[in-house]
Amino acid sequence: MAAPAPLGQRSALLDMRHVTKTFNGDVVALHGMSLTVNEGDFISLLGPSGCGKSTALRLIAGLSHPSQGRIEWQGGADDTDLAVVFQEPTLMPWATVAQNVWLPFRLRGKSYEQVKDDVLEALRLVGLENFQRSYPRELSGGMKMRVSIARALVTRPKLILMDEPFAALDEITRHKLNNDLLEMKQKIGCTVIFVTHSVFESVFLSDRIVVMAARPGRVIEELTVDAPYPRDEDFRTSADYAGHCRAASDALHQAMEAA
Amino acid sequence: MTVTDPTISDPVMVDEEETRRARARRIERIAKWVLPVVMMGLTLLVWDRIVVWNEIPHYILPGPRLVFATLVEDWAMLFDALLVTLQITLMALAVAVIGGVGLAVLFTQSRWIEMSFYPYAVILQVTPVVSIAPLIFIYVENRMAGLLICAWIVAFFPVLANTTLGLNSADHNLRDLFRIYGATRWQRLRFLQLPSALPYFLGGLRIAGGLSLIGAVVAEYVAGTGGIGSGLAFRILEAGYRLNIPRMFAALFLIAATGVVIFAGLSFLSHMLLRKWHESAMQGST
Ligand SMILES: Nc1ncnc2c1ncn2[C@@H]1O[C@H](COP(=O)(O)OP(=O)(O)OP(=O)(O)O)[C@@H](O)[C@H]1O
Ligand SMILES: [Mg+2]
Repeated sequence: MAAPAPLGQRSALLDMRHVTKTFNGDVVALHGMSLTVNEGDFISLLGPSGCGKSTALRLIAGLSHPSQGRIEWQGGADDTDLAVVFQEPTLMPWATVAQNVWLPFRLRGKSYEQVKDDVLEALRLVGLENFQRSYPRELSGGMKMRVSIARALVTRPKLILMDEPFAALDEITRHKLNNDLLEMKQKIGCTVIFVTHSVFESVFLSDRIVVMAARPGRVIEELTVDAPYPRDEDFRTSADYAGHCRAASDALHQAMEAA
Repeated sequence: MTVTDPTISDPVMVDEEETRRARARRIERIAKWVLPVVMMGLTLLVWDRIVVWNEIPHYILPGPRLVFATLVEDWAMLFDALLVTLQITLMALAVAVIGGVGLAVLFTQSRWIEMSFYPYAVILQVTPVVSIAPLIFIYVENRMAGLLICAWIVAFFPVLANTTLGLNSADHNLRDLFRIYGATRWQRLRFLQLPSALPYFLGGLRIAGGLSLIGAVVAEYVAGTGGIGSGLAFRILEAGYRLNIPRMFAALFLIAATGVVIFAGLSFLSHMLLRKWHESAMQGST
């Protein structure tokens, strides 16, 4: 799969228009959020705790519905073209790695034989092809997260939502997974919305950073990281990266003061 | 240059603390079996000596040797009684499992059904079976069926309560995942809720195993009628009337042994089903 089209020239995948979500009638979790997600985007939602990042993802995933505003899929895509990766690996402990990755297909009525090749391919993408028969408890935290990502990739979804997937991992594992995630995205050519608390992570991964503020949760700024993919360790040490980190960090500070 | 650091040159080298812990573990493993057996032996010995030294008549307290002799002598009759009790116990357990799991599944499918019926399940549970049993034997003609109903009443609640808890304790992120992939109600039950409930169910099953034996014995005491096809409880009652105390002890021994075997069997089943993935069944725990 070729690199995604330049930022300005991508076709729309999903449109959020003035989306507001209120809980229990008075907690405004998200206020008037508008965002157009384009095919091939890597969007990070960056913001302090409680600014509605998870709420936004749940709305996009169709797990809850906007109190006001609309979320519309564009260009024939719909919510079956979607996968989610949670903060915890969220694997079924009673099932092997391969069975866990098979789950999305299984729920759509496909036997293991029918989709075996896809399952193995997804495991190869995350580097776990030798662990098909292992049970989750036999794996390290990072490996479990990889299984979780393989499960998301296996159906080749157009859009993958990730809610702080690497927050619980150590720095080294996290860097490695960040690198691998970019590589996988490049291979599959999907779109990613990635929730994070980390300025560095968001700059390294994304081409668009949506900075959000809390009380009420809202978008206050959108930054563009125009560094080309593939990005590697050299990018992590470049002046360009440092500059983007400073800009994102400033925006985040503003977001915290605005609250 | 030579490497002298023993931890590097010899990978099997373990430190003193590890060795000590390993030894403690080994000793504990053996003690777990040896101690109860030694205790049992001592108890039998003391029992025997007390009876012999005090010349206690056997219609008050028989010695262990006499009890054993009675067990051998009356084996044909006691074994038939054991089979009857065992049959009622296992049937009650089976019905408790089917009824308990069935009701639990029904409850998780609909809050309305749960709200309507759960209180009655509790009432059935908290009312002592001895007080319901006489009524049951009035209305149910078939003695076997009556015994079964009593044993079932005692045994089904732990299965119901634990399975309900288990079905509702599936990971909420996994639930969301199932929703995202458009799982049907049946798929969610089959692939998520039932496996999540398995450890809870097995916990309830172990309790229910013991309870169904208690239920079977208590019900038979209440039913009180004997003749052909009566179980161990009736044999105890009958032996009591005849002041055949050794036989009472022999029958009691059989009931206790049955309970132990049922518990051990269910524990083993639980271990086999969970050992691959569940914390409770992993190394180091019983
Ligand atoms: N189901 C709910 N019921 C009531 N309030 C909720 C619910 N979900 C979220 N909220 C509230 O909405 C706000 C935004 O929550 P959300 O989980 O989206 O924040 P977040 O940005 O993901 O935070 P974090 O970074 O800590 O995960 C919070 O104030 C939270 O208390
Ligand atoms: Mg969150």
